[in-house]
Amino acid sequence: MSERGHVQVRFFARFRELLDCDAVSVALPEEGFHLSQLMTALAEKGELWAQVMSEENLIRAVNQTVVNDDPPLTPGDEVAFFPPVTGG
Amino acid sequence: MADLDVVIQTAAFDPGELQQQLIGQSTDIGGVVTFTGYVRNANEGDEVSVLQLEHYPGMTERVIQETLENAAQRWPLLAAQVVHRVGELVPGDPIVWVGISAKHRAAAYAACEFAMDFLKTEAPFWKKERTADGERWLDQRSVDTERTARW
Repeated sequence: MSERGHVQVRFFARFRELLDCDAVSVALPEEGFHLSQLMTALAEKGELWAQVMSEENLIRAVNQTVVNDDPPLTPGDEVAFFPPVTGG
Repeated sequence: MADLDVVIQTAAFDPGELQQQLIGQSTDIGGVVTFTGYVRNANEGDEVSVLQLEHYPGMTERVIQETLENAAQRWPLLAAQVVHRVGELVPGDPIVWVGISAKHRAAAYAACEFAMDFLKTEAPFWKKERTADGERWLDQRSVDTERTARW
């Protein structure tokens, strides 16, 4: 369930363990808030958060689709951060 | 339109049963190609006792479904199914199964390889293995991204 005006942020695998956090709800401060701005805000939560947000191999997904650009976020969006995948 | 199916489960599976289910009552199938991936007992020189599989529920199914749809557009398939386990596995366990049926073998061979290559590099699964030295997350292998790039 997403709160009004918020995005749901999820972490997986190594990053989930490092942050001891699988999901967090973040309020969007303004319309047209971009993914990179969300990452800057998350990095300010602490040293480990800053480390994860600056990871070279950080895959970013918005609404369960991997993104390589910097899309604007909309309330209710689901953002996820995870390392390169290793299934199969 | 080919019959496409993706299943993510914690339970063990039997590759033989899955192949029978894929075929069902069909008599128009000329060939079935399947791939079964197993948990190896060693990795990077270390003995592995347990493999933990984490995934991103929802996205995993969608990514693999899209891969099967792309395969069905490229080759004339009758049915395609992927079954992937998550949770705790031990060496010898089947971890992933890909089954493709088609009227002729060439399409089935190609689509099976295509599906497995994209699953390896696009589907959000993460492996963590337990060895005598403790636990470690696996890194993506460049050989896998190179194989996907061929398509």
